[in-house]
Amino acid sequence: MDLMTILQVLDSTVRLATPLLLACLAGLFSERAGIIDIGLEGKMLASAFFAAAIAYMSGNVWIGALAGVGSSLLLSAIHGLASITYRGNQIISGLAITMLAQGMTVLIAQDWFSQGGRTPSLVGQARFEPITLPFAEALAPVPVIGPIYHELISGHSALVYVAFLMVPVTWWILFRTRFGLRLRAVGENPAAVDTAGVSVIWLRYAAVLICGVLCGLAGAYLATGLQAGFVKDMTAGRGYIALAALIFAKWRPWYALYACLLFGLLQAVAVRYQNIDLGAFVLPVQFMDALPYILTVVILAGFVGKATPPRAIGQHYVKER
Amino acid sequence: MDRMPHWADAVLVPLISLLLAAILSALVIIGIGEDPIAAFKLMVDGALMRSSGWGYTLYYATNFIFTGLAVAVAFHAKMFNIGGEGQAMIGGLGVALICLFIPWPHWTLALLGSTVGAALFGAAWAYIPGYLQARRGSHIVITTIMFNFIAAAFLNYVLVNLLRPSGAMDPASARFPESTHLPTFNEMFSTAETALFRGAPANVTFFIALLACLAVWLLMWRTRLGYEIRALGHSESGALYAGISPVRITIITMLISGALAGLMALNTTQGESERLILNATEGAGFIGIAVALMGRSHPVGVLFAALLFGFLYQGGAELALWTNIPRELIIVIQALVILFTGAMDNMVRAPLERMFLALRRKEG
Repeated sequence: MDLMTILQVLDSTVRLATPLLLACLAGLFSERAGIIDIGLEGKMLASAFFAAAIAYMSGNVWIGALAGVGSSLLLSAIHGLASITYRGNQIISGLAITMLAQGMTVLIAQDWFSQGGRTPSLVGQARFEPITLPFAEALAPVPVIGPIYHELISGHSALVYVAFLMVPVTWWILFRTRFGLRLRAVGENPAAVDTAGVSVIWLRYAAVLICGVLCGLAGAYLATGLQAGFVKDMTAGRGYIALAALIFAKWRPWYALYACLLFGLLQAVAVRYQNIDLGAFVLPVQFMDALPYILTVVILAGFVGKATPPRAIGQHYVKER
Repeated sequence: MDRMPHWADAVLVPLISLLLAAILSALVIIGIGEDPIAAFKLMVDGALMRSSGWGYTLYYATNFIFTGLAVAVAFHAKMFNIGGEGQAMIGGLGVALICLFIPWPHWTLALLGSTVGAALFGAAWAYIPGYLQARRGSHIVITTIMFNFIAAAFLNYVLVNLLRPSGAMDPASARFPESTHLPTFNEMFSTAETALFRGAPANVTFFIALLACLAVWLLMWRTRLGYEIRALGHSESGALYAGISPVRITIITMLISGALAGLMALNTTQGESERLILNATEGAGFIGIAVALMGRSHPVGVLFAALLFGFLYQGGAELALWTNIPRELIIVIQALVILFTGAMDNMVRAPLERMFLALRRKEG
């Protein structure tokens, strides 16, 4: 395997890790505030559709992305209403939201475009174009560093850089701001936060809405950056892989980056090589597909390290009367 | 004192939730420029007005009874088994192995064998999440979600690399031998003059599903084990104090739940496709959640809810055939039912409770 092949695999790792990373950070905000979100998949899917559909109609990818984020926010608001205001079961709510998105996207797509639940292919301004970083062309001939900079770091679309930038931003918000401290506290001990005179309800809504924005970006990237248009069920379990990555990362931003890169690498390898011949035995492609989930179960089982969720996760907060 | 009578909780709340879901779905249909009343008529005509329509409705209902019961049993122990999908897939593998590799003389014996196979394989797939929940405290929801994906990948591998007959292109096993084919309703109920249930996939498994309803009712309300399961669901510390082992009951409950989900494969794999295919479950594991929620985790409720969803599925297929409304409308209805009966339960319940309290005050 030469440098170029490795770089191509890593390049596609970065692309495939981006939606995972955005969705994973989305889940991080929500779950750190104590709201379980298994509806990441649905929000991504809804956003992917509206981003592609509106980008196609307006011809502007940014308007599309905005529409995608809007749809994801709407679903987040439903999740908030169900799980915070009405104190319903957060898991059931997340599941319902995913199903709602799976059904509605196809329904609306069929109504608007009549192409069997997909949007027309996006071209030109309706897609996120790759951004060439400064000096990428000039540095390209330099051995080793040149190709790495040119192939791997430069030439992605804007949302890829946003996603990777969101890692330190998330870390900073959660661990260096007052809002972040309160948000984490509300996921561990909401009564204490309430005693301090801070609204538990408001904080949890804020977390759920941030989650919606990030999921929206993940979906928009999927349909307008990674691929050129929406197809039915295009998230294909990515929301659940992001959830797995979140647990794998033990609910921490930097670990989330590593987990998403790892799972992205698995996807990239599975896409490029079908079965991997290891000499003694052949690693089937299905094993690569299942590996993120298997790893997560192993982590959850606590055999390798222990993943401890926020203490008040999934619990409703009822003010004492 | 209860805030509202038991019948209101068991019947009124699900019905109002269903009504809300129906109203929103009607709005969706209007939104895409179709007539909701005509659509509903078409669904009723297609699903209930012909015996072949009933044949499909009951076929789907059979699947949903099994997965609904699976979720319901776990609910009684306060566990959420989202893994019905995966357990049913692996149950299908059990059915396929039993049907393919054992030479059965008659379908009755084959059905006995495959019932055991489906239940064992489904239970085995549920065992690991159950064990991890009981012993290691791993959240059952997350592990069962993960196990759905692992099951799909595993089944894909088995079908492509092991069970696929040489030369065949699609990832599916060979056809099961003739002697394992289950009698369909068409063969069972048609007379010389009138052919009933023509072309419909409903088969003898429906009666096994009815038996399963009865068995679950007996188990939950007439046996010691059922009592222990419900006790654990009400209060873990209470159960522990009563000498009930949460670890044991958690694992046993998941085994029963997985076995019930696995049994669904009898209907799809042995009854309908007569070979093992990828994605035989078609999301029935998730519909089981809606069914269990609507049926209030009671076998009778599950039966009615499963029939309702069977009707929706067959009716939805008819809609997709004759109108511009895609099948996905059913997924929307299903999502709304789950949302209202499961997550936004309090939104429906609170006004009802207030109403009953007001009524009672007037009487007193």
